[in-house]
Amino acid sequence: MPRLTADRHHRVRFTLNGRPVEGDAEPRMLLTDFLRHVLGQTGTHVGCEHGVCGACTVEIDGAPARACLMLAVQADGMTLRTVEGLAPEPGRLSVLQDAFRRHHALQCGFCTPGILMSLDIYLRGHASPTEAEVRDFLSGHLCRCTGYVPVVAAALDAAAKLREAAGDA
Amino acid sequence: MKPARFDYVRAETLAEAHAVLASEGGDAIVIAGGQSLVPLLSMRMARPGVLVDIMHVADLGGIVIKDDAIRVGATVRQAQLLAWPELAAHQPLLALALPFIGHAQTRARGTVCGSAALADPSAEIPLALVALGGEIELSAAAGKRQLAAKEFFNGLMSTSRNDDELIEAVHFPRTRPGDGYAFIEFARRHGDFAIVACAAMADAQGVRLAVGGVADFPTARDFGPLDGAALDEAIEDFAFDLEARDDLHANAAYRRELVRQLGRKTIDEARRCRV
Repeated sequence: MPRLTADRHHRVRFTLNGRPVEGDAEPRMLLTDFLRHVLGQTGTHVGCEHGVCGACTVEIDGAPARACLMLAVQADGMTLRTVEGLAPEPGRLSVLQDAFRRHHALQCGFCTPGILMSLDIYLRGHASPTEAEVRDFLSGHLCRCTGYVPVVAAALDAAAKLREAAGDA
Repeated sequence: MKPARFDYVRAETLAEAHAVLASEGGDAIVIAGGQSLVPLLSMRMARPGVLVDIMHVADLGGIVIKDDAIRVGATVRQAQLLAWPELAAHQPLLALALPFIGHAQTRARGTVCGSAALADPSAEIPLALVALGGEIELSAAAGKRQLAAKEFFNGLMSTSRNDDELIEAVHFPRTRPGDGYAFIEFARRHGDFAIVACAAMADAQGVRLAVGGVADFPTARDFGPLDGAALDEAIEDFAFDLEARDDLHANAAYRRELVRQLGRKTIDEARRCRV
């Protein structure tokens, strides 16, 4: 690969929520800023910008990751999902999102996109998590409104609903 | 909180990565998982002229079982090693310690070798390497060499890696029948940096305790068959020799007390695990 020089913008392409996207970025541009300012996808929030708060968590090649701990140029060629990709269709919430609404698992909503992405990935691989496992996984996210209790309740409820749906299928 | 400017090279071969390091040396930084480097870039504590991304070099991955060690390649992520089904069978200490690294969301991208390269004094992977007597495999355009962990870590966030070298792999010695291991970490919250972390390994000859979070780099000491009050006294000496310092998180006396209490507890647990 040719050297991407510091003082120029370079074309970055990846798959976002099932669609190919592209835009220009300097090598130093963080993935968070690329998603929000270049692609206009503002569902991914920026909190601490050094990997602690979890608000910017997205899915990269099937695993959860902090978008603020990655450069846009690193993401070239990868497959990403963000909170915009969770709802199955406009006006309909995913099972997890619906559980968050019913359990009041958000107040200000700032941390929510990151938590939703983490839990969406986690529940895919862990159909029957215990409360302790959910809490351990959520330790990578800061929420200053809810005290986490309704978030844990929503995650466990969503897991049960997803198991039911899988059983019916 | 935005990085200063730098060039970016996505290396496709090891030779390509070596070439950039050889020509630009100290002005180049290797990026793998980036979970510690990107915040350092954002805070401008690191200001390289060029970043060399090695995650797309084909031959740098892989967890390989060797005769007496597990070789973990430069692009193996922490989550990948933790999820390896044979991990606990080949090295129980890693299975105990890896869940304490950051959070699932950072382990998914952070690499094992990257943590060794950063050499944070409270990090779990350098501690495990020192506790087990592991080795670091370095390579450069000029050639390869392999260093013992205790020679590799040589200061606060400092290693004996030369500017033209990268870590190609780390080697964790495999467990032998009858070895016992224990790991105890104390932090304010799960996922925080350890205030004190202890790893112990017991075998027929005796016991070794390694401590992270206190000295400038993880440090190990052998206590042989010592037990009872004699062991407590020896741990007391060790706690003082680590030259703990006061910082924002804990003062030196508190850290020494943690080494006394947790060190003893970790040793006892490792001995109990020797079956």
